[in-house]
Amino acid sequence: MGEEINTTSNLTGERIKKYLEEGKRFDGRKLDEFREIKIETGISNKAEGSARVKIGNTEVIVGVKLDIGEPYADSPDEGNLSVTAELLPLSSSRFESGPPKFSAIEIARVVDRGIRESKFIDLQKLHIKEGEKVWTVSIDIYSINDDGNLLDAAAMGAIAALKTAKIPKYDEEKEKVVYGEWTNKNIPLNKDIPITITAHKIDGKFIVDPTLEEEDISEARLTVGSSNGEIFSIQKGNSMPLTVEEFNKILDLIEKVERDVFKKLEKQIK
Amino acid sequence: MAKEFKRPDGRKPDELRPIKAKVGVIPNADGSAMYQSGNTIAIAAVYGPKKMHPQHLQDPEKGTLRCNYNMLSFSVSERIRPGPNRRSTEISKITEWALEPVLMIEKYPNQVIDVHIHIIQADAGTRCAGINAAALALAHAGIPMKGLVSSVSVGKLDKTIVVDLNKEEEDWEEGAGATDIPISMTDDGKLTHIQLDGKITSKEMKEAIEMAKKAIKQIYEIQKKALKESLKEE
Repeated sequence: MGEEINTTSNLTGERIKKYLEEGKRFDGRKLDEFREIKIETGISNKAEGSARVKIGNTEVIVGVKLDIGEPYADSPDEGNLSVTAELLPLSSSRFESGPPKFSAIEIARVVDRGIRESKFIDLQKLHIKEGEKVWTVSIDIYSINDDGNLLDAAAMGAIAALKTAKIPKYDEEKEKVVYGEWTNKNIPLNKDIPITITAHKIDGKFIVDPTLEEEDISEARLTVGSSNGEIFSIQKGNSMPLTVEEFNKILDLIEKVERDVFKKLEKQIK
Repeated sequence: MAKEFKRPDGRKPDELRPIKAKVGVIPNADGSAMYQSGNTIAIAAVYGPKKMHPQHLQDPEKGTLRCNYNMLSFSVSERIRPGPNRRSTEISKITEWALEPVLMIEKYPNQVIDVHIHIIQADAGTRCAGINAAALALAHAGIPMKGLVSSVSVGKLDKTIVVDLNKEEEDWEEGAGATDIPISMTDDGKLTHIQLDGKITSKEMKEAIEMAKKAIKQIYEIQKKALKESLKEE
């Protein structure tokens, strides 16, 4: 997400736009085409669930940890969900260490909303003792290589890690989690998988799954979390406005792409 | 003594865990590598040499090596809060000291070489895995080096000297318990890093160093092979 330092030259930007004019992408893709998506699960064995997602050269890893916590006062019988994202300096010369900057916070919040609002996790089944003890689900996202569209990769990683997570054993007498030992129970999940897709407007054209260069010259961005045609979360980004007509066009584009991405995701999550 | 002793995973005292090393795992970086020893996995990326900012940190006589070691929140049993802590700050510095002697850093006045190390999965020996990955990443970045650095932890379980402790061994409580000695050496056998936690006689210490030396030779060969393989691919 290129607002920190934008290193794409005007020349490259102009070239990308010229290609779009001809209905092509800089890297030969169609406007509504994703790069190859590769998902690997179980990449970190201490995590309750974990996944590596590659979209082209973009890579993120995501881990899910469970712990016992206290419920929030307004949801005494529900488990807690917490999502963090770190844009590691390891993944791009554009990222610096230090407290999370806006793009990291945004990724975490948009992923959080996609999961929370779609009720993908049945948080009510994650309570242990009403008002006192519930499971806290921590989803931590790390960028490994940023070549654009970290957000969609992060959301896919979160889903894949959740899908493959096992609940750890819990010692009721000591009221402690027995880490390193798992039950054979999965985290209670809705069967409808929320998919997060980000579309960008560049020079009047709409594309999905941008590369870093495409992100750099994007005028407007729309991220939509949905499953089976139902929308759970939307985030508009970047400074240019969208007309209602354009907005509707993007929704249609995302709906079309969502089904395709869903199939790829479903096939690879084991 | 050594013959009777059984390691929990059945290894011989001087036997390393299975190692995997791969160079070029992060396309954006100037150099990168993955190093896995048993169930411990480290990745490292090098960015630079590049101009040091802020300017007052610039050294006009030589470049600066800046390492950053970090464990991912889910790499251990009990989730650790993301971000730096006292332990990671110390290991970052130790890693700089371990690697700097082989770098021809005087070629880069006023510049900095950033090395980012992340532990994806932890089963003891993470600083050693991190140093091994970082040495590979630096070489892969084409930074002029006088040699490689390889790192391993040796230790004592009750009375037996063993190499490359896993977490179960590190937490050994029988008899005299566990002593953990992470060691890094250049490929010509000079120590660039040594730490010790536990209790050991100087005689045992010497035995431990000899064992580390042998292990480090094996690790060096694996690192060399990983670098050669990366050249083949390109």
